[in-house]
Amino acid sequence: MTTPTPRDTFLAHARRLLMERSTPGRIGASIPDLDVPPQEPPPAHLVRDDLPLPEVSEGEVVRYFSTLSQMNFSMDTHFYPLGSCTMKYNPKVNEEGASLPGFAGLHPLQPEETAQGALKLMWRLQTYLCEVTGMAGCSLAPLAGAHGELAGVLMIRAYHLSRGEGHRKVMLIPDSAHGTNPASAAMAGFRVVSIPSDKEGNTDLSALREACGPDLAGFMITLPSTLGLFDRHIVEVCEMVHRAGGLVYGDGANMNALLGRVKIGHLGFDVCHLNLHKTFSTPHGGGGPGAGPVCVGERLLPFLPTPVVRRQVIDGKEVFTLARPPQSIGRMGAFHGNFGVLVRAYAYIRALGAPGLRQVSQDAVLAGNYILARLQDLYHLPYPRRCMHEVVLSARRQRARGVKALDIAKRLLDFGIHPPTMYFPLIVDEALMIEPTETEGKETLDYFIEAMRQIAREAEETPEVLRSAPHFTPVGRLDEARAARQPDLRWKPMPSGGVAPGG
Amino acid sequence: MAGMERKPYYPPDLRYTREHEWVRLLEDGTALVGITFFAQDQLGDVVFLNLPPPGTRLTHMGKMGEVESVKAVSDLFSPLSGEVVEVNREAVEHPEVVNADPYGRGWLVKLRPSNLQEMDALLTAQEYEAYIAGKG
Repeated sequence: MTTPTPRDTFLAHARRLLMERSTPGRIGASIPDLDVPPQEPPPAHLVRDDLPLPEVSEGEVVRYFSTLSQMNFSMDTHFYPLGSCTMKYNPKVNEEGASLPGFAGLHPLQPEETAQGALKLMWRLQTYLCEVTGMAGCSLAPLAGAHGELAGVLMIRAYHLSRGEGHRKVMLIPDSAHGTNPASAAMAGFRVVSIPSDKEGNTDLSALREACGPDLAGFMITLPSTLGLFDRHIVEVCEMVHRAGGLVYGDGANMNALLGRVKIGHLGFDVCHLNLHKTFSTPHGGGGPGAGPVCVGERLLPFLPTPVVRRQVIDGKEVFTLARPPQSIGRMGAFHGNFGVLVRAYAYIRALGAPGLRQVSQDAVLAGNYILARLQDLYHLPYPRRCMHEVVLSARRQRARGVKALDIAKRLLDFGIHPPTMYFPLIVDEALMIEPTETEGKETLDYFIEAMRQIAREAEETPEVLRSAPHFTPVGRLDEARAARQPDLRWKPMPSGGVAPGG
Repeated sequence: MAGMERKPYYPPDLRYTREHEWVRLLEDGTALVGITFFAQDQLGDVVFLNLPPPGTRLTHMGKMGEVESVKAVSDLFSPLSGEVVEVNREAVEHPEVVNADPYGRGWLVKLRPSNLQEMDALLTAQEYEAYIAGKG
């Protein structure tokens, strides 16, 4: 048996789960004396004693979670070029706005006349998002990007049904799409047909033409695509779908590249969603809350989800109300969307103004192309053309040395960089999808480029270092296959004095 | 680990699809279907298989199930039309055998083919190797 190093001992100590830190009888808070009549406890059959809770002091809880947060990667601590997720810096002034007592203390059931400020903010945000997209109407109700997609395709279905064209059941989706697109379409009852991309990464027009039959409901496309490319055929694509009686859905995941430059409503899109947690700098994290507002052209206005905020002028005074559009697809959730997120996006838009939003897309596209230009000699570029806000590279060349995209991603952790998106889009072998965003300075981009160049050298000279990376993180290479095959998701009491299996 | 250190191999007695399945005709008139070395190598560690239960009617190059790896979920296609007579329980319970032994213990389904002429549409080992070389 070898003597553990201080680091080993420290890590074993620091990694203990909260349950493993529990001491019987320890109490984290002092409860004041009872000043109300004691109540009968619930009947015995409703009481369970098989739910062990950790018994720890407040200080131990704080230390536990603070340590975990320090082991984590986040926007506030690390460069985070996670392609398609637009991990831009979230300005703290957004948080100040959302914390204002008049917003933070609102109750969703309070009378509308007592929440006019909040409704005015929502109405203005609707208006701004229509302006950004060139659309006629907006509902802020959807609670996330894919939720917005579902709202969008449900509107397409409602539109066809309202015209007695319920037979339109086919939704066309490019093979580069986010997996949520076919999932949303299938959930709304559509049959999904995949459309290939051509050699340049655009929609394959002849395949699209062939697929535009009498049962066509619509076409869902991300612009720019998940390859980080602007589809040069987009206007023709929209016309082709419209001629066949279909509607065009725009996945707004990559709107960061188009802000203030292209209004997708003017290209012919009928409906789109926007990810406020991407384009408009509200936090991602912990799985939410997000917001995926939907914007529509004239044809889909009556079908918008409930509620939308309406503005009227009565006796020279603005009055805002929550309304249900005449043929609304209904509610996407309880109440009025993730309001706190809406406040943050509003604050962001107001802080930047129109010129600021235009600069966002300009700088995002510049950053993407800077990385492309400085890495294309060492990494394979599957679509050799100018990219938009993100660049998709392939680790094909490194793969020949036995180094996979996964190994490169893991090695980046040793440089203190969050890995890019890997193995997506699916049509690119060993894909590394890099989105720097506009909020990173040239110094950060240069540091990332240097790290990637160093890793490319390592792939040639010491590939085994990459295959076992990361080496400098609190936890080394995880056995992802075992984690998926034998998921161990629940803490269980240890036999007695034993060590938790798997550590 | 997903066969990284092993050499690709494509047994000459099998036929292959462009979707990276193989099929082997057995003497009793049934056929085994699996995925190729190239497929398991590209997928990485296989963690889950969704296979059609016995009795399912499959069509030539129709979707027959899914294979999930640590990277992605991919569709599986049936090389031949026919009826599923058996599913490889070992592969379902221990998907790592698909990586370890793709043409042996890692077979996926056994089917009773209904139209052996479909074999002519499949690739020989030589043709399949040329096909994936063009992709690589």
